[in-house]
Amino acid sequence: MAVLTFRGGVHPPRNKKLTASKPAKDCYTHGDLSFPLFLHHGLHAKPVVKGGEWVSAGTLIAKADGYVSSNVHSSVAGIVKYVDFDTIVIESAGEVHEEPRIVSRHYSEMAKEEILSLIREAGIVGMGGEEGYPTHIKLSPEDPDKIHYVIVNGCECEPYLTCNFRRLIEEPDRIVEGLNIVLRLFDNAMGMIAIEDDKKSAVIKIKNYLVNEPRIRARMLYTKYPQGAERQLIYALTGKKIRSGMRPADVGVLVLNVETVYAIRRAVMEGRPLISRMVTVAGDAIKNPGNFRVNIGTNIRDLIDAAGGFTTPPEKVIIGGPMTGESILDLDRPVTKDTNAVLAFSQDPVIRVHQTNCIHCGRCMEVCPSRLIPTKLADYAALGRTDLFLENDGTECIRCGSCSYICPAKRSLAELIISMKQMTSSDTE
Amino acid sequence: MNENSNLRISFYPHIRDKASTSRIMLDVAISLLPATIFGVFNFGWYALLLILVCVGTCVILELIWDLGNHKRMTIRDLSAVVTGMILALNLPPTLPLWMAAVGAAFAIVIVKLLFGGLGQNIMNPAACAKCFLMICFATRMNMFVYQGVLSTPPIEVLRAGGTVDLLQLFLGNTSGCIGETCAVALIIGAIYLFIRRIIDFRIPLFFLIAAVIYIGIYSLFTRGGIDMTLIGAHLLSGGMLLGAFFMATDYVTSPVSRPGRIIYGAFIGALVCTFRLFGTANGSVCFAILLGNLVVPLIERITRRKSFGKEE
Repeated sequence: MAVLTFRGGVHPPRNKKLTASKPAKDCYTHGDLSFPLFLHHGLHAKPVVKGGEWVSAGTLIAKADGYVSSNVHSSVAGIVKYVDFDTIVIESAGEVHEEPRIVSRHYSEMAKEEILSLIREAGIVGMGGEEGYPTHIKLSPEDPDKIHYVIVNGCECEPYLTCNFRRLIEEPDRIVEGLNIVLRLFDNAMGMIAIEDDKKSAVIKIKNYLVNEPRIRARMLYTKYPQGAERQLIYALTGKKIRSGMRPADVGVLVLNVETVYAIRRAVMEGRPLISRMVTVAGDAIKNPGNFRVNIGTNIRDLIDAAGGFTTPPEKVIIGGPMTGESILDLDRPVTKDTNAVLAFSQDPVIRVHQTNCIHCGRCMEVCPSRLIPTKLADYAALGRTDLFLENDGTECIRCGSCSYICPAKRSLAELIISMKQMTSSDTE
Repeated sequence: MNENSNLRISFYPHIRDKASTSRIMLDVAISLLPATIFGVFNFGWYALLLILVCVGTCVILELIWDLGNHKRMTIRDLSAVVTGMILALNLPPTLPLWMAAVGAAFAIVIVKLLFGGLGQNIMNPAACAKCFLMICFATRMNMFVYQGVLSTPPIEVLRAGGTVDLLQLFLGNTSGCIGETCAVALIIGAIYLFIRRIIDFRIPLFFLIAAVIYIGIYSLFTRGGIDMTLIGAHLLSGGMLLGAFFMATDYVTSPVSRPGRIIYGAFIGALVCTFRLFGTANGSVCFAILLGNLVVPLIERITRRKSFGKEE
């Protein structure tokens, strides 16, 4: 079989061993949890609780306002401390008291609309890093019969991250079940579970559950960053190419993150909203790195404490992976639905690099998965030449950061290109 | 919140590859060492002195330039060292030191720094300086002394229609410029560059392929058959290998796209042969590389690639 991959990409050190081998633990929450009413896409959810009110785990605290918006639920039992425009803060009562749920029927007996409405009610959004797009919208393309592939993205190409891997290893049956629920919505679709070939054990585990699943296949992809990027993943698996302005559904494909599929299963089988997720806590400044099942809204400081705290004062803390994550100054922020990792490093390699002029080595061109010329685009961006930037397809940048990673002159190529891309396009993917 | 005091933020990615400009330049310098050492062995200590003068002039002038312009220390990127080394390897072993210094100064100040420093020059500094010296000091640049006697380098022997010993060319026991005589040393250096993934195989490969085809066709017409000895002699003599592996592959002055590198390599290879077979032999590689440098923008334009999803 041909190796499934794409052109370009980089091979940063994976650094996954430490956390991949350890079973995920629960992160118990205490103190205040905060729930942002807005994630990257759409409209703010509208609060439906008031300060001082008692809520259980799973209580709806903010309702989706409009189509591109999603419900927010409390992940703990406790008292609403305050409600403002974009956050609700809940003081945990220290116990996990979940609202009882009733699921009337098995999903195979449900109508498609019923499944979709359960997913919408559960407040499910894309749970890969920096996603947050409401899943029910993704699952409602114009013509559901034209969807030929539903891909579960288990590539996890970012270094350090192992939360998807642990989910696949620990609950493979549930991922398969979740995908079956999604396939129920698309009569002509095949399911694919995409995993990079450095995670063979996950592929083997998943395959055990696919014996009686004619509609689902496990596919092993070549290990390379950014294999998990939507366009590169779709290309590797189906040969179809997506450009900016297109959605995967336009070529008959849907891509869902492992955690999202897991949440879909919980919502449809157990009637439970999205209130917890798996998060990788790693990096050399973390005492006991590992994966944690953590309640949404948990303070990142508490999550780091659950991993034993810091060994040394970190110089850099990143929400998400090291390639595309966001570095933060303030640890007092919550785990959100799309937080896949918290990384802490004792040293920040970026501030120690010595930048030189571009030496035209062409490495950025070789690695750019969008087949752009990053060095030129960065020059245009620095000069403010919007015309040249657009003419050379700068808006096709998928923000993977591979160019900055590889650049021997240590130029901030991605930063320049992405800033200009954000200025020139309203497209937010 | 004392742990926050250390925290820094920056745009992603938060990790960077190990490769750096200075490491690449160091690798190029290391790859030139076999040829350098053999040059000193073959031509004596004066050759070492010439090399040191070239490197020293390049580094010192760039340092003065940086200090004068209050710029960051750009000599740390080691590109000045590489320029000095490559220029020295292209000089006859008996050139007066001051001429070498003039050449090095021309390379670093006129060709590199005045164009904006590292990465901004449009011509290969060492190749340009060699051509400059060829024109200014034609007599001394064409005077080769080998083992105490005035001698004709193999490339000139070939040009005059004579024959040369291929094995001696391969081992380097011949007259010529300091770094160009020993094919073995140059190939060892090139292998190092390939292993370290510093250079792309396309430029040297198509450089040499173009030369082989060109000389093959030439011998077909002038000697009534493909003369393998002539082809071999041209590949191993003069600055052919030095140029193909170490000068034409200079990142700054070569195309960045892969198809562009193929065109560029083949173009220079063909030019070298044109100069050698119909024009002047000594310095032909450097002149060809300079002309190649000048067509790089054109090559880049015609080989501009399409972005993902826009191919075909």
